Amino acid sequence: MADTFQLEIVTPERLVVRDTAEEAQIPGKAGYMGILPGHAPLISELAVGEITYTHGGATTRFAVAWGFVEVLPDKVTILAETCERAEDIDVSRAQAAYDRAAERMKEGGEIDYDRALIALQRAEVRLEVAKKGGLAAH
Amino acid sequence: MANVLDIRRRIRSVKSTRQITKAMKMVSAAKLRRAQERALAARPYAQMLTNVLKSLVTRADCFDPETGEPLHPLLVQREEKNILVIIVTADRGLAGAFNSNIIKSAQRFLESKGGVNIDIECIGRKARDFFRRRFPMETPDGPRSAPVRITGEHPGLLSKPDFATVEEVAEDIIGRYTRSELDAVYVLFNEFKSVIAQRLVVETVLPISQIGERDIRQAEELSQKELERAGEAAAAAGVSLTEPDTAEIDARAAKFGTEQVDYIYEQPPKQLFAALLPKYVSVQLYRSVLESVAAEHAARMTAMDSATNNATDMIDSLTLTMNRARQAAITKEIIEIVSGAAAL
Repeated sequence: MADTFQLEIVTPERLVVRDTAEEAQIPGKAGYMGILPGHAPLISELAVGEITYTHGGATTRFAVAWGFVEVLPDKVTILAETCERAEDIDVSRAQAAYDRAAERMKEGGEIDYDRALIALQRAEVRLEVAKKGGLAAH
Repeated sequence: MANVLDIRRRIRSVKSTRQITKAMKMVSAAKLRRAQERALAARPYAQMLTNVLKSLVTRADCFDPETGEPLHPLLVQREEKNILVIIVTADRGLAGAFNSNIIKSAQRFLESKGGVNIDIECIGRKARDFFRRRFPMETPDGPRSAPVRITGEHPGLLSKPDFATVEEVAEDIIGRYTRSELDAVYVLFNEFKSVIAQRLVVETVLPISQIGERDIRQAEELSQKELERAGEAAAAAGVSLTEPDTAEIDARAAKFGTEQVDYIYEQPPKQLFAALLPKYVSVQLYRSVLESVAAEHAARMTAMDSATNNATDMIDSLTLTMNRARQAAITKEIIEIVSGAAAL
């Protein structure tokens, strides 16, 4: 069995990544999934979270918000709504979004609350990924 | 005959106009190339999404086995009483007949839908400016004062068409469709495959009748002459006429979710289907916007190419007139001198 698989991440705007990977961590709706080459075919919805994959010892991180994954033994394809590489995340913007969402949650209102919660999660993941990505670069 | 100085002044003014139109043509050509790339980059996602949905249709029971009734609210067909038409034009003019073609086509479509309540959403400032003078502007959930009204406009969407913004629009529409406030949603836009393959279409967005099949209600090809002109302009600006070769990407995308294997579904297929269907609507709208933007730039490029050519022709004819006037003046002077000398 091959010890790597193809990884592709596609967003509505562009193809973000096409690479080979030895291992990937994907935030499934029901919890994080670790994927190694030769995984059984699987289709799952993604949650807001962090995608990481390793290739040749280097780890790459992405912040992802809602998506969809197809896993095949030699290929993993991720359809993501938004997907940003750790280095590309605008920390100050994410922080601002975080503060705004937190503010809205305090004010209440049912629909607003749900939306704010999602916005909050997205911002949180972005900040986290950016932080880790920053550390890895040092 | 006009004064030589006046003609010279006019030539100078036409020359500077030509410079501007030429610059605008080059800018539009560059923007067109970018817009085309963006439209292309959006294709794999759309293709993959369609595939997954198609393969899910067979697994998720989206139709009631006994009555054949669709179980998902976005598949339900209703008699058209309240419809929404999304009209995509440009924000700016100086693009030849681009905007007026769309608006004319929109008016025809509205007429063909007489008798039902129509809401209009405008994407692009030109559509908004035009329809706002004719129909009242109202909030979607407020009382209706006329059979046709404008319920939304989206300024700024075209200058930076990102998926998130389009999705907000789509979510709003989906919400209203689900609550049965709307019975059908159409989008009218300038479809753009390449510079010489474009047309105006009215496409059904909701209800979704068949996934992966586009439901086109009305289509108007651009006239052969317009397309030829566009082709010439594109050749002059160095924009390729043919659709870029995407066979490889398309083939990869086409495989997504369709392998002949038993997938493990992390979530029940029905739930996946319900989560994906709204995305399908968003993707469809997003594509309309991207194609319309590309078509707008192509139209402007063509218009500016014609303007540049016309300016060149004008300069030529003015130069000719000027030379004639100058020659006439010289001849007149000689005659004066000669006849003056003869009189002595």
